[in-house]
Order: sequence, then structure tokens, then C-alpha cells
Amino acid sequence: MADNSKNPATNPATTQVQTTGHVWDDDLQEFNNPLPVWWTYTFYVTMVFALVYWVVYPSWPIGKGFLTGVNTITYKNAEGQDESWHWNTRAKLLKEMQDATLAQKPYFDKLTALPYDKIAKDPELSSFVVSAGKTLFSDNCAPCHQSGGQGKIGFFPNLTDDDWIYGGSYDKINETISNGRHGYMPPFGEALEADQIDDLANYVATLSGLKADAAKAAKGKELFHGQTGACYYCHNNDGKGRKDIGSANLTDKVWLWADVPGAADDAGKVAAIRKTISTGVNKGVMPAWNGRLSEKQIKLLTEYVHELGGGK
Amino acid sequence: MSFKHEIVETNAGVLLVLTMMAISVGGLVEIAPLFFIKDTTEKVDGVRPYTPLESRGRDLYVREGCYLCHSQMIRPFRDEQLRYGHYSLAAESKYDHPFQWGSKRTGPDLARVGGKYSNEWHVQHLLSPRSVVPESVMPNYPWLLETKLDISDVGDRMRALRVVGVPYSANQEEYDRNVKQFGEKVAKTLVIADAQKNLVAQAQEGNYDGDRSSVSEMDALVAYLQVLGTMVDFSKIKPEELVKFR
Ligand code: HEC
Ligand code: HEC
Ligand code: HEC
Repeated sequence: MADNSKNPATNPATTQVQTTGHVWDDDLQEFNNPLPVWWTYTFYVTMVFALVYWVVYPSWPIGKGFLTGVNTITYKNAEGQDESWHWNTRAKLLKEMQDATLAQKPYFDKLTALPYDKIAKDPELSSFVVSAGKTLFSDNCAPCHQSGGQGKIGFFPNLTDDDWIYGGSYDKINETISNGRHGYMPPFGEALEADQIDDLANYVATLSGLKADAAKAAKGKELFHGQTGACYYCHNNDGKGRKDIGSANLTDKVWLWADVPGAADDAGKVAAIRKTISTGVNKGVMPAWNGRLSEKQIKLLTEYVHELGGGK
Repeated sequence: MSFKHEIVETNAGVLLVLTMMAISVGGLVEIAPLFFIKDTTEKVDGVRPYTPLESRGRDLYVREGCYLCHSQMIRPFRDEQLRYGHYSLAAESKYDHPFQWGSKRTGPDLARVGGKYSNEWHVQHLLSPRSVVPESVMPNYPWLLETKLDISDVGDRMRALRVVGVPYSANQEEYDRNVKQFGEKVAKTLVIADAQKNLVAQAQEGNYDGDRSSVSEMDALVAYLQVLGTMVDFSKIKPEELVKFR
């Protein structure tokens, strides 16, 4: 080869570098280029760091235990006394949670101490309720009641209107959230004839001022208040329902199970009511939150829901 | 020098074995001690193996690849505790084979989703997530409700889990041991011979999919979701006790 510089095996620029002495296929050599100095020293520093880390934090396993490290975390135990344990993520979390609780304590103390109606009148506290309540509501309630609390026909009630299935007072809302609810209406599809259900649906429609067949509604009225239908038993004689069992108010324009607002015409509205009467209602399950949320959080949510609109 | 680098470099087999030995050191140092350190698995009450129905639901969870978007591992961080509930304990997945901790959260963590929603919500959400959470990117799973659950091999599945250490009972002695450990009510659900009977009974009683006439895949999956994270009663445990397991 004429040009020596192209061949690394004979190029003086490369042959001056140390090699490991291995040569394959005549001219394939392994060079030994030392690492840059800065790199080497950084590497030594990481080693020293590791040694310090082993001393401070939990590290090496030994036998049935491990080196716990000299670093500790101090938190309050269930009896309220200070207690220390070697650094670990659980201890750190416990401490962080306790610090955060402490920071929110003035608000929560006030929240617990004040009666509901006073909370709304305290501007600082009510803005705390709105911001903390919004987070709690989004994490826990929005998948059902939707993000603004507007609900979903056929599934979950609207919490922003002034129509309450179980009552819109603070205490009732609190009871609903703590213990959960499960409204139940038996299916009448088998117990009653199809035309009886049709009569009832027409009557129920008239209760809230919808247009319906007057003759059928008259027959439906008898069924509703008589022993055959016995609707009055749960919905009361005035059709306004009973808050203790959550039987719907049939005289207002708010519907949850019968998709009346979604129906195109009067016949469709009656059909929607007919369907609900014959299938009954059993899927209205509001989970209980005591246990999952603390009493304070439930009080906060009660206030939040009450202020969403229409609380009584 | 008797040892020559060249020997390793020119023998692929030797190179492979030595490389494997070198990289397994990290794994051994991190994993092996956990089998010996006595505080790895917390001593808490309530954790029991899944019932046959829940266990089949878990199989469906794996089949549908829910773990690709959902983790089941609440880490001990403040934001996670506030969002999802108490951090997960090792003890809570001691009967999970394989565990479903996961590593990807496109959706929320599910370790404590049990009891958070109603069965009706789960059914509707699995059929069509966007009908209840408009901004959701979770796929629809409409076939779960239409497909009857295959329960023919549930006993075999429990036998397989028994081999890897889940205390499903195959004989009287094991049953008696379960009665002692979990109480009679739970022990009865762990009897392999009664698996099909127990499965159907739980589906009937729980009515998870709102239709008692048959056991659908939806029944099993919802039963599984509803038990997640509900076995340990944290109100009975002082937080500092769990700290001391680490
Ligand atoms: C699994 C779905 C679901 C979740 C989650 C849920 N709810 Fe409900 N909620 C319902 C259903 C269904 C009803 C109606 C029950 C009935 O009609 O029997 C209801 C009813 C209510 C009511 C009573 C409404 C009335 O008109 O009386 C309130 C208040 C309420 N929920 C608040 C909340 C709050 C606050 C949260 C979050 C902590 C929440 N809900 C979470 C499904 C849910
Ligand atoms: C055992 C008590 C009970 C009886 C009897 C009963 N209902 Fe109901 N009804 C309820 C309850 C409770 C609800 C609301 C369920 C819920 O919110 O979860 C309801 C809801 C309804 C609704 C739906 C309202 C809406 O907002 O969509 C209609 C319509 C209705 N009932 C009509 C009737 C008629 C007609 C009869 C008689 C044939 C009847 N009910 C008998 C308890 C009863
Ligand atoms: C493509 C990713 C993806 C897959 C696959 C997926 N999910 Fe989801 N999931 C989500 C997202 C995003 C959310 C949050 C929005 C919502 O509630 O729909 C979610 C929410 C949920 C929730 C509600 C959790 C909560 O606390 O609000 C449950 C339960 C759930 N998924 C179950 C499942 C099951 C069971 C499967 C398998 C059959 C599954 N998911 C598969 C993305 C996914």
C-alpha cells in the first residue's frame, strides 16, 4: 500500500497509542485509550457518594435485617407522642401528611367548629371549601355526578338543582354522602297489565303538567291511589314522593330515571315513563363514603355540594 | 500471567457465562435478601385468596390487558395517598400470581377501587367509558356482558395456584387449616371441589352485571374490581406500625 497513513496498523499517529497487544486478521488491533481525567475523577466521586449514602440511608442487607442508616425521621404516633424511626419512605410520608394536616389545621378546626350556615358566610373559609372541595369532588364524585355535578339522566342525579331525592338540608346531604343510598322501586311489568301501565304513565305525566290522554289518565289515577298500583304508598297521595326512601317527586319537571327530557314528543315522554314503571328502578346506588373519606372531608363535601346550587 | 483476556474474547460461550454472572449480581443483591428479611411482608389481618369468581375476573383483567394502562400499586407519596387512598402493602398482593403492580398509568391506579363505585357504574363504564367520563381514552369492552363466563376449568386454575402457594384447599386437612386462618366463611370459598358451585352462588348473590339469569364475564370482572384493596381494615392499624416494617 502506497499511502501508509490510511492503514491504522502502520499509521504513526495511531501506532503511538498503547495497544492491548491483541492483533487479529493481520492488522486488527485493540487500542488502550485511557479515559479523560475528569471522567475518572467523577467516577471516584460517585464511589465516595455511595459510601456516604450507605451510612446515612438504609442500604445493605445483612442476615434477616439490613443496615438501617443513621438518618431518622420523627413523627407523631397514635398517642400523639414523638417517635423516631430510621429513614424510609413510609416514615417520610407519615411525617409529610402530619405536617400538611398541621398546615390545614386552622381551616379544618374552623370547619369542624362552625355550623354549616356560618361557613358559607366566612369568605376565607368558603374559598377553602371551594378549592379543596373541587379536588375531592373530581377525584371521587365526578365519575358519576359529572365534573360540574350536573349528573346524567338514567344514572346519576343532578346535584346543582334544587330538587333533592333525599333532601337538600346539610344534615341530609351529609347522611347521603356518609352512608350511601340505594333507591328501589319494584318492576311493575309483571304485576300489572300493559294497558294498566299505560294508564299509569299517562296519569304520572299529567302530575307534572305534561300532555297526556285524559281518559287513560283518569283510569291511571285510580290505579295510582288504589290497591292495584299502590303507587301512593311510596310516592304519597300528592305524588311528591318521600324523602326518607328517596321515592321521586313526580310532580316536578326533574326526571332521573324516565328519560322524559330526551323524548322528542308527548307520546315519547309517556313512553319513557311507561318504561320506568314496568322495569322499576334498582340501579340507583350511591356508595357510602365513611371509611373511605374522613369525617372532616365529608363535612367539607357536604358544604361544597350544598353550595353547588339549590341546597336547602 | 496465567489468565489471558484473550481466552474470554475468543470464546463466545465463556464470554456469555461470565457476562451473565456479572449482571446477575445486581439482581441477586436486590432481590434475594427480600426472601430472608423478616419484615418484607407486613403482618396484617384480612388478606385472603380470591374467591373463584374474583379469581376468574382477575384472569379477564389480565386477558384484556387492563394492566397496560392501570397500575395496582399506590406508592407511599402524599399525592398518591390523597388521590387513591392508603399506600399498597406487600401483604395485599401475597396471593397474586403474578402480581398486577404494573408500571404504566394511562388511567388511574386501581389498587383501591373496590367499593368506590357501584356495580352499575362499572358495568356502564366498561361497556362505554365515555358515556360516564366524557374525556376518557379507555377502550369499550362490550363483549364482557354478552359472553358467558367459561367456568369449566375454574377448579384446575385454583389447583395451579395452589401449587405456587395460594392456600386453596384440596383436602380436609387443608380446609381445617384455612378455617383456622381465615374463618369458616372464607375457608368455604377456598375449597377447590366446590369451585363452580361457589362461583355461581357468588354471582347470583352479588348480581354484579344486573342480570341473574346467567354468569357473564362482566360478573367476574366487576366482582374482582370491587374487592380490590378492601381486604385490610386500615382503621384498625396504627400508621406507625406499618412504618416499622421498613
Ligand atoms: C357510583 C356512582 C356515584 C358516585 C361515585 C357518587 N355518587 Fe352520589 N349518587 C349516586 C346515585 C346513583 C345517586 C342517587 C341514588 C338514588 O336515587 O337512590 C346519588 C345521590 C347523591 C346525592 C343525593 C341527591 C339527592 O337528590 O338527594 C348526593 C348529595 C350525592 N350523591 C353526593 C355525592 C358525593 C358528594 C359524591 C362523592 C363523594 C358522590 N355522590 C359520589 C351515584 C354516585
Ligand atoms: C316501594 C316504593 C315504590 C312504589 C310502590 C312505587 N315507586 Fe316509583 N319510585 C320509587 C323510588 C324509590 C323511586 C326513585 C328511585 C331512585 O331514585 O333510585 C321511584 C321512581 C319512580 C319514577 C321515576 C322518576 C324519575 O325521576 O325518573 C316513576 C315515573 C315512578 N317511580 C312511578 C311509579 C308508579 C307509577 C308507581 C305505581 C305503579 C310507583 N312508582 C310505585 C319507589 C316506589
Ligand atoms: C388505553 C388505556 C386503558 C385500558 C386498556 C384500560 N383502561 Fe381503564 N381507564 C383508562 C383511563 C384513561 C381512565 C380514566 C378515565 C375513566 O374513568 O374512564 C380509566 C379508568 C378506569 C376505572 C376507574 C378508576 C377510577 O378510580 O376512577 C376503572 C375501574 C377501569 N378503568 C378499569 C379498567 C379495566 C377493568 C380495564 C380492562 C378491561 C381497563 N380499565 C382498561 C384507560 C384504560
